[in-house]
Amino acid sequence: MGTNGHHESFPWKHLIGFVLSLLLTFAALWVALSSGLPLKAVIVVIVLFAMIQASLQLFMFMHVAESDSGKVQTFNMVYSFFIAVVVVAGSVWVMQFVL
Amino acid sequence: MGEAVHRYDETMPLEYRTEENRLNILGFWIFLGAEVVLFATLFATYLVLFQRTGSGPTAQELFQVKDVLIETLLLLTSSFTCGLAIFEMRRGRLAGLLAWLLVTLLLGIGFITFEVREFIHYVHEGATMQTSAFLSSFFVLVGTHGAHVSLGIGWMIFIIIQLLQRGLTVKTARKVFIVSLYWHFLDVVWIFIFTLVYLLGMVV
Amino acid sequence: MKWSEFFVTGEPLIYAADVAIVLTMVGIVFVLTYFKKWKWIWNEWLTTVDHKKIGVMYIICAVLMLFRGGVDALLMRAQLTAPNMNFLDAQHYNEIFTTHGTIMILFMAMPFIIGLMNIVVPLQIGARDVAFPYLNALSFWLFFFGAMLFNISFVIGGSPDAGWTAYFPLAGNEFSPGVGNNYYAVSLQISGIGTLMTGINFLVTILKMRAPGMTLMRMPMFTWTILITCVLIVFAFPVLTVALALMTFDRLFDTQFFTMANGGMSMLWANLFWIWGHPEVYIVILPAFGIFSEIVSTFAQKRLFGYKAMVYSIVGIAFLSFIVWVHHFFTMGAGPEVNSVFSITTMAVAIPTGVKIFNWLFTLRKGKIRFTTAMLWSLAFIPNFVIGGVTGVMLAMAAADYQYHNSYFLIAHFHYVLIAGVVFACFAGLHYWYPKMFGHMLNERLGKWTFWLFMIGFNVCFFPMYFLGLMGMTRRMYTYSDGLGWTPLNVVATVGAVLMGIGFIVLCYNIYYSARYGERDMTGDPWNGRTLEWATASPPVHYNFPVTPIVDDLDAYWVMKKKQGGFQVKEEELKPIHMPSNSGRPFWISVAFFVAGFGLVFKWFALAIAGALFIVLGLILRSFENDDGYHIGVDEIKRTERAARKGA
Ligand code: HEM
Ligand SMILES: [Cu+2]
Repeated sequence: MGTNGHHESFPWKHLIGFVLSLLLTFAALWVALSSGLPLKAVIVVIVLFAMIQASLQLFMFMHVAESDSGKVQTFNMVYSFFIAVVVVAGSVWVMQFVL
Repeated sequence: MGEAVHRYDETMPLEYRTEENRLNILGFWIFLGAEVVLFATLFATYLVLFQRTGSGPTAQELFQVKDVLIETLLLLTSSFTCGLAIFEMRRGRLAGLLAWLLVTLLLGIGFITFEVREFIHYVHEGATMQTSAFLSSFFVLVGTHGAHVSLGIGWMIFIIIQLLQRGLTVKTARKVFIVSLYWHFLDVVWIFIFTLVYLLGMVV
Repeated sequence: MKWSEFFVTGEPLIYAADVAIVLTMVGIVFVLTYFKKWKWIWNEWLTTVDHKKIGVMYIICAVLMLFRGGVDALLMRAQLTAPNMNFLDAQHYNEIFTTHGTIMILFMAMPFIIGLMNIVVPLQIGARDVAFPYLNALSFWLFFFGAMLFNISFVIGGSPDAGWTAYFPLAGNEFSPGVGNNYYAVSLQISGIGTLMTGINFLVTILKMRAPGMTLMRMPMFTWTILITCVLIVFAFPVLTVALALMTFDRLFDTQFFTMANGGMSMLWANLFWIWGHPEVYIVILPAFGIFSEIVSTFAQKRLFGYKAMVYSIVGIAFLSFIVWVHHFFTMGAGPEVNSVFSITTMAVAIPTGVKIFNWLFTLRKGKIRFTTAMLWSLAFIPNFVIGGVTGVMLAMAAADYQYHNSYFLIAHFHYVLIAGVVFACFAGLHYWYPKMFGHMLNERLGKWTFWLFMIGFNVCFFPMYFLGLMGMTRRMYTYSDGLGWTPLNVVATVGAVLMGIGFIVLCYNIYYSARYGERDMTGDPWNGRTLEWATASPPVHYNFPVTPIVDDLDAYWVMKKKQGGFQVKEEELKPIHMPSNSGRPFWISVAFFVAGFGLVFKWFALAIAGALFIVLGLILRSFENDDGYHIGVDEIKRTERAARKGA
């Protein structure tokens, strides 16, 4: 499942991942500090950027889908992110009544 | 799945060649799943508490863009160089592997140095873990990440020693691969710390 | 700190316990020395990485903890039998319900289940051991020393007294200044780490080490439930880890997470605790469902009805159990939107659970039922658990819960699910797999006595509590006044508790009696079983299977028996078997955890750091270790197999 493939001679995948990560980091910084968007929009955009960047790491650097357990590994990560969202969003939502 | 496990494939990268290695790598992935939830709980705590500053300073008063950006770039680059280390390993080049691991290590140490300086700075400003709920959750969330990075540094040093002693074998390859997963994962966590702690703290 | 503060003093019960503990320790040392068993216990048990032995050790600890938790329970019942009793004072009562709840859930139910899964799962999937045997040993010893740390609080420093839920602000420094709740935070942390590693270990084992041909949809139901339980462990326990760590920070380093000043939010604790806590109840109940499924289909002598529906309902629970946690604090005031959503998700969890009840009933239908002890427990489970489940749905209605919450109605509910579900399953599984574990059966006559005493006692004890709850008796009250009309039902409840206690004693006697006179199981398959664990000798040889069995259907061993008359091993097919070596490191690393934990409890940070250094040293030694295990040669396998299969 693409663990070996052809031996590339230059780490293109890594380089692209790295450049994109840098771009996303600076873009998020700009959106947050200088874009002047409304707060809600800022939050949505920067969280979205973070998620894209995290997936870049997972796929470009960590090769989550490789090996004969690729499916399990991917499912494991997807499920853990689902639980993460439940825990974070759930807690914030449930606890908002406390002043 | 169950049927395919005894396959031994010369064309596979070293770290996948034995059954034991494949089990270890999968086990580590699952551990990372647990780590995701662990950090999620810390994030949940932080996000519930971060506006509850009591009589202490707020996030906006405290955070400095420059420091955070330096830390972010150091860690991000280290994740990249760590990926290069694996790239070299898969081409069978021990020297390249060692060189990139060393660079990763230095960048990691740089990150920790800046983070410790940041913490010391806050404490000098009177913002300690005991000051307010915001600061308790801030220090514990970011500190847990920092502790993970420090652990990763120690771990990587021992693996470099083993590489020097034993060369690139099926076993050492697995260990390098697993520590690299760990290292990348810490960058994933940092992305969210950067976004949800620092950026959010500076705009809310 | 003065010695008189270090040791708990002033209570005759405690002094008696001190004496008992010292005598037991002296006794153990004496017996081991006298019979020259030190070497044996070290080589065969303390350093073992064999999943079967680890499982046995888990179960022994669980039974001991059941005893301790049971004594706590009887003390509480004694105090509540009549109004205005002075048998226990308020403080002592608080300590006892706290240790009772914590021990029963974390140090009794969990290890019992984990013990059974250690013994059974690798055998059921045709594997030689778990994926990470060394880690498995570490898991056990972390659990063991975590439990020890919790238990010594009783005589050293003082027990926790804020309930097993340890709600803040009560559990904070301000209202619980002693070391009791430090014990709670640290010891649960240590054993929780062990549990998390077990979850990862069995997840990998089940996903990657099944015998050839055993697809997911051919897995025995018990293995399925363990798979999902492990998913719950892996994703729920980290939440507990964090919650306990924050509690530790608050108590040891004066942080402000759950305090009442400087922005702290005590209710956040309840939120985090139950995000873990609700999946936790499914972590103990799903394996119970698996055990009942195995037993019902074995003794109805039929394939499990609706296997697929069962699988889907378990998977559904894995998902739903993470989104219902707020039902534990509907009355906290989160408002109608939050309560409604969680009320609905909670009722939704009852659906997959209901599905399973029908699966068991239809499996029984037209079966040739054999009423063994294990089967009796399973049959009794169904109606009793339904009572617990139905009252659970009553509690799930947020508005109604304002009436039931924290009353004895709740106590009755969760005992109906925990005892009729988990404890019945542990006893059923114990009777069922006992011959596999020890090579001899538990006596059936005594087993049935245990069953009837315990089952009747359970209903006599807890059914009245529903009514006590509706009559206004609240949870955790240490006494009540005359004239409330609660006395008769309380007397009845105590009688029931005593019956359960007698049932437990009969069980212990049965273990002793059967070891001496019990029927030996020479066949390896005393119940005419359906799954692969019955294809091995009783007890199995240490490598489990001489050759890996090939599976081509559900109920693999049953089909094998039909097609080939059993599990056939041709001597030509034998190959050397690779096995992991024993190691003493899991044991001493866990001792280091214990020492570090003890240091944290008393804020003796030098001790804590020393312990931590040993932990790190252990990890480094492990990393540098170059041990690839050993191989068992074909000749030795032949000899062992001939000896083990003599009787078959
Ligand atoms: C041996 C029979 C048992 C009896 C007679 C018994 C009795 C009791 C009593 C009287 C209470 C305290 C009620 C209160 O004042 O709030 C209690 C609480 C509790 N029991 Fe049991 N129990 C038994 C077995 C179990 C088992 C097997 C479990 C778990 C698997 C369990 C779990 C709990 C829990 C979680 C609590 C709540 C503790 C707290 O309030 O913090 N019990 N039980
Ligand atoms: Cu619940």
